[in-house]
Amino acid sequence: MKNIKYLLAGVVFGIILIKSQVVSWFRIQEMFRLQAFHMYGIIGSAIFVGMISILIIKRFNIKSISGEPIVIPQKKFSWGNIIGGLIFGLGWAITGACPGPLYALFGSGIWVIGITLLSAIFGVWVYGLVQDKLPH
Amino acid sequence: MNLISQPWPWYVAGPLIGLMVPALLLLGNKLFGISSSFKHICAACIPAGIPFFKYDWKSQVWNLFFAGGIVLGAFTAAHFLRGAEAVHINPATTAQLQAQGVKNFDTLVPTDIFNIGALATVRGWVFIVLGGFLVGFGTRYAGGCTSGHSIMGIASLQWPSLVATICFMIGGFTMTWFILPYLLKL
Repeated sequence: MKNIKYLLAGVVFGIILIKSQVVSWFRIQEMFRLQAFHMYGIIGSAIFVGMISILIIKRFNIKSISGEPIVIPQKKFSWGNIIGGLIFGLGWAITGACPGPLYALFGSGIWVIGITLLSAIFGVWVYGLVQDKLPH
Repeated sequence: MNLISQPWPWYVAGPLIGLMVPALLLLGNKLFGISSSFKHICAACIPAGIPFFKYDWKSQVWNLFFAGGIVLGAFTAAHFLRGAEAVHINPATTAQLQAQGVKNFDTLVPTDIFNIGALATVRGWVFIVLGGFLVGFGTRYAGGCTSGHSIMGIASLQWPSLVATICFMIGGFTMTWFILPYLLKL
Protein backbone atom coordinates (compact mmCIF):
# COMPACT_ATOMS: atom_id res chain seq x y z
CA MET A 1 0.00 0.00 0.00
CA LYS A 2 1.64 3.20 -1.19
CA ASN A 3 -0.42 5.28 1.22
CA ILE A 4 0.95 3.69 4.40
CA LYS A 5 3.83 6.18 4.41
CA TYR A 6 1.33 9.03 4.70
CA LEU A 7 -0.39 7.23 7.55
CA LEU A 8 2.98 7.03 9.32
CA ALA A 9 3.68 10.72 8.61
CA GLY A 10 0.28 11.44 10.15
CA VAL A 11 1.16 9.37 13.23
CA VAL A 12 4.33 11.44 13.72
CA PHE A 13 2.40 14.68 13.22
CA GLY A 14 -0.30 13.53 15.68
CA ILE A 15 2.31 12.78 18.35
CA ILE A 16 3.91 16.21 17.82
CA LEU A 17 0.53 17.97 18.04
CA ILE A 18 -0.22 16.31 21.38
CA LYS A 19 3.24 16.54 22.97
CA SER A 20 3.62 20.21 22.02
CA GLN A 21 0.13 20.94 23.46
CA VAL A 22 -0.82 22.68 20.21
CA VAL A 23 -4.11 20.79 20.53
CA SER A 24 -4.90 22.42 23.85
CA TRP A 25 -7.88 24.80 23.90
CA PHE A 26 -6.03 26.65 26.66
CA ARG A 27 -2.90 27.18 24.54
CA ILE A 28 -5.04 28.77 21.81
CA GLN A 29 -6.61 31.05 24.41
CA GLU A 30 -3.15 32.07 25.65
CA MET A 31 -2.13 32.80 22.06
CA PHE A 32 -5.11 35.00 21.23
CA ARG A 33 -4.81 36.79 24.60
CA LEU A 34 -1.10 37.45 23.85
CA GLN A 35 -0.15 35.86 27.17
CA ALA A 36 2.38 33.30 25.94
CA PHE A 37 4.97 32.93 23.23
CA HIS A 38 4.52 29.14 22.93
CA MET A 39 2.15 29.03 19.91
CA TYR A 40 3.85 31.93 18.12
CA GLY A 41 7.20 30.19 18.58
CA ILE A 42 5.82 26.93 17.19
CA ILE A 43 4.12 28.43 14.14
CA GLY A 44 7.03 30.81 13.46
CA SER A 45 9.75 28.16 13.71
CA ALA A 46 7.65 25.70 11.66
CA ILE A 47 7.35 28.30 8.88
CA PHE A 48 11.09 29.02 9.10
CA VAL A 49 12.11 25.36 8.87
CA GLY A 50 9.58 24.72 6.10
CA MET A 51 10.88 27.70 4.13
CA ILE A 52 14.54 26.70 4.46
CA SER A 53 13.63 23.12 3.46
CA ILE A 54 11.84 24.29 0.31
CA LEU A 55 14.76 26.57 -0.58
CA ILE A 56 17.16 23.62 -0.22
CA ILE A 57 14.90 21.35 -2.32
CA LYS A 58 14.72 23.99 -5.06
CA ARG A 59 18.39 25.01 -4.90
CA PHE A 60 19.67 21.44 -5.23
CA ASN A 61 16.80 20.28 -7.42
CA ILE A 62 16.07 17.42 -5.03
CA LYS A 63 13.59 14.86 -6.37
CA SER A 64 10.89 12.91 -4.53
CA ILE A 65 11.72 9.34 -3.46
CA SER A 66 10.07 8.05 -6.64
CA GLY A 67 12.25 10.39 -8.72
CA GLU A 68 9.68 13.04 -9.65
CA PRO A 69 10.64 16.72 -9.62
CA ILE A 70 9.09 18.56 -6.64
CA VAL A 71 6.25 20.83 -7.76
CA ILE A 72 4.57 23.45 -5.55
CA PRO A 73 1.64 25.04 -7.39
CA GLN A 74 1.11 28.78 -6.96
CA LYS A 75 -2.00 29.74 -5.00
CA LYS A 76 -4.26 32.34 -6.62
CA PHE A 77 -5.67 35.10 -4.45
CA SER A 78 -9.40 34.91 -3.80
CA TRP A 79 -11.64 37.03 -1.59
CA GLY A 80 -12.27 33.75 0.17
CA ASN A 81 -8.76 34.04 1.62
CA ILE A 82 -10.05 37.08 3.52
CA ILE A 83 -13.72 36.28 4.22
CA GLY A 84 -13.21 32.55 4.78
CA GLY A 85 -10.07 33.33 6.78
CA LEU A 86 -12.03 35.58 9.13
CA ILE A 87 -14.77 32.94 9.52
CA PHE A 88 -12.21 30.24 10.28
CA GLY A 89 -10.49 32.55 12.80
CA LEU A 90 -13.78 33.07 14.65
CA GLY A 91 -14.30 29.31 14.79
CA TRP A 92 -10.69 28.60 15.78
CA ALA A 93 -11.01 30.70 18.94
CA ILE A 94 -14.24 28.89 19.88
CA THR A 95 -13.14 25.29 19.32
CA GLY A 96 -9.54 26.03 20.32
CA ALA A 97 -8.54 23.76 17.46
CA CYS A 98 -7.86 24.01 13.75
CA PRO A 99 -8.45 20.91 11.57
CA GLY A 100 -5.28 18.93 12.49
CA PRO A 101 -5.85 19.36 16.23
CA LEU A 102 -9.53 18.40 15.81
CA TYR A 103 -8.41 14.99 14.52
CA ALA A 104 -5.78 14.82 17.28
CA LEU A 105 -8.17 15.72 20.11
CA PHE A 106 -10.56 13.05 18.89
CA GLY A 107 -7.73 10.52 18.80
CA SER A 108 -6.54 11.51 22.26
CA GLY A 109 -9.85 10.26 23.63
CA ILE A 110 -11.94 13.45 23.83
CA TRP A 111 -14.69 11.75 21.88
CA VAL A 112 -17.10 14.69 21.91
CA ILE A 113 -14.74 16.40 19.43
CA GLY A 114 -15.97 13.75 16.97
CA ILE A 115 -19.16 15.85 16.80
CA THR A 116 -17.08 18.99 16.17
CA LEU A 117 -15.29 17.12 13.35
CA LEU A 118 -18.61 16.05 11.81
CA SER A 119 -19.83 19.62 12.08
CA ALA A 120 -16.66 20.86 10.33
CA ILE A 121 -17.23 18.34 7.53
CA PHE A 122 -20.84 19.54 7.31
CA GLY A 123 -19.51 23.11 7.11
CA VAL A 124 -17.42 22.14 4.09
CA TRP A 125 -20.46 20.46 2.55
CA VAL A 126 -22.53 23.63 3.01
CA TYR A 127 -19.68 25.63 1.46
CA GLY A 128 -19.79 23.31 -1.56
CA LEU A 129 -23.54 23.85 -1.78
CA VAL A 130 -23.44 27.66 -1.75
CA GLN A 131 -19.98 28.20 -3.26
CA ASP A 132 -21.16 29.83 -6.50
CA LYS A 133 -23.23 32.38 -4.58
CA LEU A 134 -20.28 33.59 -2.49
CA PRO A 135 -17.79 36.31 -3.46
CA HIS A 136 -14.41 34.92 -4.48
CA MET B 1 14.41 17.26 29.07
CA ASN B 2 12.41 14.08 29.16
CA LEU B 3 10.67 13.70 25.79
CA ILE B 4 8.21 11.17 27.13
CA SER B 5 6.97 12.64 30.37
CA GLN B 6 7.40 16.36 29.65
CA PRO B 7 5.56 18.54 27.12
CA TRP B 8 7.78 19.53 24.20
CA PRO B 9 8.96 23.16 24.12
CA TRP B 10 8.20 25.32 21.07
CA TYR B 11 11.76 25.13 19.72
CA VAL B 12 11.47 21.34 19.47
CA ALA B 13 7.87 21.08 18.29
CA GLY B 14 7.92 23.98 15.78
CA PRO B 15 10.90 22.75 13.73
CA LEU B 16 9.50 19.19 13.78
CA ILE B 17 6.19 20.48 12.39
CA GLY B 18 8.16 22.47 9.80
CA LEU B 19 9.87 19.24 8.71
CA MET B 20 6.46 17.81 7.76
CA VAL B 21 6.68 20.14 4.72
CA PRO B 22 9.76 18.55 3.08
CA ALA B 23 8.77 15.10 4.36
CA LEU B 24 5.49 15.13 2.41
CA LEU B 25 7.10 16.73 -0.64
CA LEU B 26 9.82 14.07 -0.73
CA LEU B 27 7.48 11.18 0.05
CA GLY B 28 5.40 11.94 -3.04
CA ASN B 29 5.04 15.63 -3.99
CA LYS B 30 2.29 16.14 -1.42
CA LEU B 31 1.46 19.56 -0.01
CA PHE B 32 1.23 19.75 3.78
CA GLY B 33 -2.41 20.45 4.62
CA ILE B 34 -5.25 18.97 6.65
CA SER B 35 -8.48 20.78 5.84
CA SER B 36 -8.71 19.24 2.33
CA SER B 37 -9.46 15.94 4.05
CA PHE B 38 -12.90 17.32 5.00
CA LYS B 39 -13.60 18.02 1.34
CA HIS B 40 -12.52 14.52 0.32
CA ILE B 41 -14.80 13.01 2.99
CA CYS B 42 -17.71 15.03 1.55
CA ALA B 43 -16.81 13.94 -1.99
CA ALA B 44 -16.55 10.30 -0.92
CA CYS B 45 -19.58 10.08 1.37
CA ILE B 46 -22.13 12.82 0.65
CA PRO B 47 -21.42 14.37 -2.80
CA ALA B 48 -25.19 14.89 -3.40
CA GLY B 49 -24.57 15.93 -7.00
CA ILE B 50 -22.83 19.15 -5.91
CA PRO B 51 -20.27 20.15 -8.60
CA PHE B 52 -17.68 21.15 -5.91
CA PHE B 53 -17.54 17.51 -4.83
CA LYS B 54 -17.37 16.01 -8.34
CA TYR B 55 -13.70 15.22 -8.69
CA ASP B 56 -11.52 12.17 -8.35
CA TRP B 57 -11.18 12.16 -4.55
CA LYS B 58 -9.48 8.76 -4.73
CA SER B 59 -6.44 10.46 -6.29
CA GLN B 60 -6.21 12.51 -3.06
CA VAL B 61 -6.74 9.61 -0.70
CA TRP B 62 -3.25 10.07 0.78
CA ASN B 63 -4.68 13.05 2.69
CA LEU B 64 -7.22 10.79 4.40
CA PHE B 65 -4.44 8.38 5.40
CA PHE B 66 -2.52 11.36 6.78
CA ALA B 67 -5.58 12.49 8.78
CA GLY B 68 -6.14 8.93 10.03
CA GLY B 69 -2.49 8.86 11.09
CA ILE B 70 -3.02 12.00 13.17
CA VAL B 71 -5.83 10.24 15.06
CA LEU B 72 -3.60 7.19 15.70
CA GLY B 73 -0.58 9.30 16.68
CA ALA B 74 -2.65 11.36 19.07
CA PHE B 75 -4.08 8.18 20.62
CA THR B 76 -0.53 6.89 21.10
CA ALA B 77 0.74 10.14 22.62
CA ALA B 78 -2.24 10.50 24.94
CA HIS B 79 -2.11 6.93 26.22
CA PHE B 80 1.59 6.08 26.25
CA LEU B 81 3.44 9.43 26.27
CA ARG B 82 1.44 11.23 28.96
CA GLY B 83 -0.02 13.66 26.45
CA ALA B 84 -3.46 14.21 27.93
CA GLU B 85 -2.48 15.87 31.19
CA ALA B 86 -3.31 19.36 32.43
CA VAL B 87 -1.58 22.10 30.44
CA HIS B 88 0.44 24.63 32.41
CA ILE B 89 -0.66 27.89 30.89
CA ASN B 90 0.04 31.45 31.97
CA PRO B 91 -1.75 32.01 35.33
CA ALA B 92 -3.08 35.28 33.92
CA THR B 93 -4.91 33.32 31.20
CA THR B 94 -6.28 30.89 33.80
CA ALA B 95 -7.50 33.77 35.95
CA GLN B 96 -9.20 35.47 32.99
CA LEU B 97 -10.86 32.25 31.87
CA GLN B 98 -12.04 31.46 35.41
CA ALA B 99 -13.53 34.95 35.70
CA GLN B 100 -15.31 34.31 32.40
CA GLY B 101 -16.82 31.05 33.65
CA VAL B 102 -14.41 28.25 32.60
CA LYS B 103 -14.22 25.67 35.39
CA ASN B 104 -12.23 22.62 34.33
CA PHE B 105 -8.50 22.92 33.58
CA ASP B 106 -7.59 19.23 34.06
CA THR B 107 -6.99 18.16 30.48
CA LEU B 108 -6.51 19.48 26.92
CA VAL B 109 -9.95 21.10 26.68
CA PRO B 110 -12.30 22.52 29.35
CA THR B 111 -14.50 19.47 29.86
CA ASP B 112 -17.18 21.55 31.56
CA ILE B 113 -17.81 23.03 28.08
CA PHE B 114 -16.84 20.14 25.82
CA ASN B 115 -18.85 17.10 26.90
CA ILE B 116 -21.72 15.16 25.40
CA GLY B 117 -24.15 16.34 28.08
CA ALA B 118 -23.39 19.95 27.13
CA LEU B 119 -25.24 19.35 23.86
CA ALA B 120 -28.42 19.86 25.90
CA THR B 121 -27.38 23.52 26.34
CA VAL B 122 -27.05 26.46 23.97
CA ARG B 123 -23.43 26.95 25.07
CA GLY B 124 -22.62 23.34 24.23
CA TRP B 125 -24.06 23.74 20.73
CA VAL B 126 -22.09 26.94 20.16
CA PHE B 127 -18.74 25.49 21.25
CA ILE B 128 -19.07 21.92 19.98
CA VAL B 129 -21.23 22.29 16.86
CA LEU B 130 -21.16 25.92 15.65
CA GLY B 131 -17.42 26.21 16.31
CA GLY B 132 -16.74 23.16 14.17
CA PHE B 133 -19.03 24.42 11.43
CA LEU B 134 -17.15 27.75 11.26
CA VAL B 135 -13.80 25.91 11.14
CA GLY B 136 -14.97 23.69 8.27
CA PHE B 137 -16.81 26.33 6.26
CA GLY B 138 -14.15 28.98 6.87
CA THR B 139 -11.13 26.85 5.99
CA ARG B 140 -12.69 25.63 2.75
CA TYR B 141 -13.79 29.14 1.76
CA ALA B 142 -10.28 30.38 2.60
CA GLY B 143 -8.72 27.50 0.64
CA GLY B 144 -6.77 26.06 3.57
CA CYS B 145 -6.09 26.13 7.29
CA THR B 146 -3.19 26.72 9.63
CA SER B 147 -1.17 23.93 8.02
CA GLY B 148 -1.96 24.57 4.35
CA HIS B 149 -1.85 28.37 4.43
CA SER B 150 0.08 29.48 7.54
CA ILE B 151 2.84 26.88 7.33
CA MET B 152 2.95 25.36 3.81
CA GLY B 153 1.71 28.50 2.04
CA ILE B 154 3.88 31.07 3.79
CA ALA B 155 6.91 28.75 3.73
CA SER B 156 6.55 28.56 -0.07
CA LEU B 157 6.28 32.38 -0.21
CA GLN B 158 2.68 32.60 -1.41
CA TRP B 159 1.23 35.99 -0.50
CA PRO B 160 -2.45 34.85 -0.55
CA SER B 161 -1.53 32.48 2.29
CA LEU B 162 -0.09 35.37 4.29
CA VAL B 163 -3.34 37.30 3.72
CA ALA B 164 -5.36 34.27 4.85
CA THR B 165 -3.19 33.83 7.95
CA ILE B 166 -3.58 37.48 8.94
CA CYS B 167 -7.34 37.01 8.61
CA PHE B 168 -7.24 33.82 10.72
CA MET B 169 -5.58 35.87 13.46
CA ILE B 170 -7.97 38.84 13.12
CA GLY B 171 -10.93 36.44 13.37
CA GLY B 172 -9.39 34.73 16.40
CA PHE B 173 -8.58 37.98 18.21
CA THR B 174 -12.07 39.34 17.50
CA MET B 175 -13.69 36.19 18.88
CA THR B 176 -11.45 35.93 21.94
CA TRP B 177 -11.54 39.57 22.98
CA PHE B 178 -15.03 40.70 22.02
CA ILE B 179 -17.38 37.72 21.57
CA LEU B 180 -16.11 34.73 23.56
CA PRO B 181 -16.81 36.31 27.00
CA TYR B 182 -20.52 36.42 26.05
CA LEU B 183 -20.52 32.90 24.58
CA LEU B 184 -18.96 31.52 27.77
CA LYS B 185 -21.85 32.99 29.77
CA LEU B 186 -24.57 31.35 27.64
